[in-house]
Amino acid sequence: MKPAPFAYTRAKTVKEAITLLARHKDDARLLAGGQSLIATLNMRLSAPDLLIDINGIKNLSGIAKKGKYIEVGALARHAQVEHSDVIAKHAPLIALAMPHIGHPAIRNRGTFGGSIAFADPAAELPACLLALGGEIEIAGPRGKRKVKADAFFKGLFETALRPQEMITAVRIPAADKTTRIGFAELARRHGDYAIVGLAASARGNGKGLSDVRLAFFGVGDTPTRAKKAEAALAAGDVDAAVKALDLDPNDDVQATAKTKKHLAGVLLRRVAKQLMEARG
Amino acid sequence: MINAVDISLTVNGERVQSCVDARKTLVDYLRDDLFLTGSHVGCEHGVCGACTVRVDGEIVRGCLMLAAQCDGTKVETIEGLSDSGEVADLQAAFEQRNALQCGFCTPSMLTAAQDLLKRAKKVPSRDEIREHLSGNYCRCTGYHAIVDAVEAVAQGRAKGR
Repeated sequence: MKPAPFAYTRAKTVKEAITLLARHKDDARLLAGGQSLIATLNMRLSAPDLLIDINGIKNLSGIAKKGKYIEVGALARHAQVEHSDVIAKHAPLIALAMPHIGHPAIRNRGTFGGSIAFADPAAELPACLLALGGEIEIAGPRGKRKVKADAFFKGLFETALRPQEMITAVRIPAADKTTRIGFAELARRHGDYAIVGLAASARGNGKGLSDVRLAFFGVGDTPTRAKKAEAALAAGDVDAAVKALDLDPNDDVQATAKTKKHLAGVLLRRVAKQLMEARG
Repeated sequence: MINAVDISLTVNGERVQSCVDARKTLVDYLRDDLFLTGSHVGCEHGVCGACTVRVDGEIVRGCLMLAAQCDGTKVETIEGLSDSGEVADLQAAFEQRNALQCGFCTPSMLTAAQDLLKRAKKVPSRDEIREHLSGNYCRCTGYHAIVDAVEAVAQGRAKGR
């Protein structure tokens, strides 16, 4: 299908984008990488009056280590993040997840901030951010604010972003010697949205794990932490963690709830193994 | 036309200026306005890959980018890649190995394969070839012959270096 008619404008600064959002309210949408938005426009699932193209805003696509955090600009493309030395060194979970996001042609356009803002419940990056305890920097009419990943994903495609706000950057705690990470997902075709996926982080303390964070995706309206399983895994018992999996997936087009729950357990065993192996 | 946007870009080496409807996707612009019909329209939501073209040297989905966004860019389509001879060896290998049947996916398959081969520092493995082409559907061949053809060209180019 073809999109319904809309007007198109380019914002050159964050301020300009926010002003335009404020003026047009719910009738306008921000266009970043467009890899989800343009698909929904083509299918007429979305029909805004105005698209505000933010691709021309400068200084919004950097990737840099800033103190204990890695800052990724909202407009950093997936391909740029995938090939970033800073990400490979300091945010290995993101590096591990990147090849699972779409396909090369999608990763050349899709943006880091766009993926977080869209908050598809089966997408990799929202779950990674949740697993890492990252934070989202948001600009709005009243200036900037930060929201922790745990408080950002509110419901199905629903986030803490207000209508006149946009994401400007995402901050991830930089990995150190004790950081352990794990990632696995099951998809029908590599690069498609996951049937079930799991992004995880923890701290290795001697032989055991602490601060285990298991963020499942494709199992509900938002990326979801399985806190009982986290506690069981921190106590060193993988079987108990699988048994304790506190997830309540729904049936969807890809699989039944029962299948998803089973697959979540399979992934948990795989990821637990990754977490328990010390990083070199 | 309402919501018209003026764009100026390079398509297959030629300067082009157009006034496009804001809602027109890049692939529709290439096909309907410039009559470059080698880029195909399949699913129109980024799944099938039939619309794959190059923008500023990177492969993209022609259905997930607006023509209005291509102002100032350099767009290359299968017509350009074919005329310049850049994919001649791939085209020959596809023909030789029956890596196409109906041909609908072939322009984008060649564009995606060339993207892999021009970046590859060594001959990619069959898994790497499959991975790179994973975003391009072919409903005829079962992919095996396509992977064969791309692998043969990768080996041929490595020998020629």
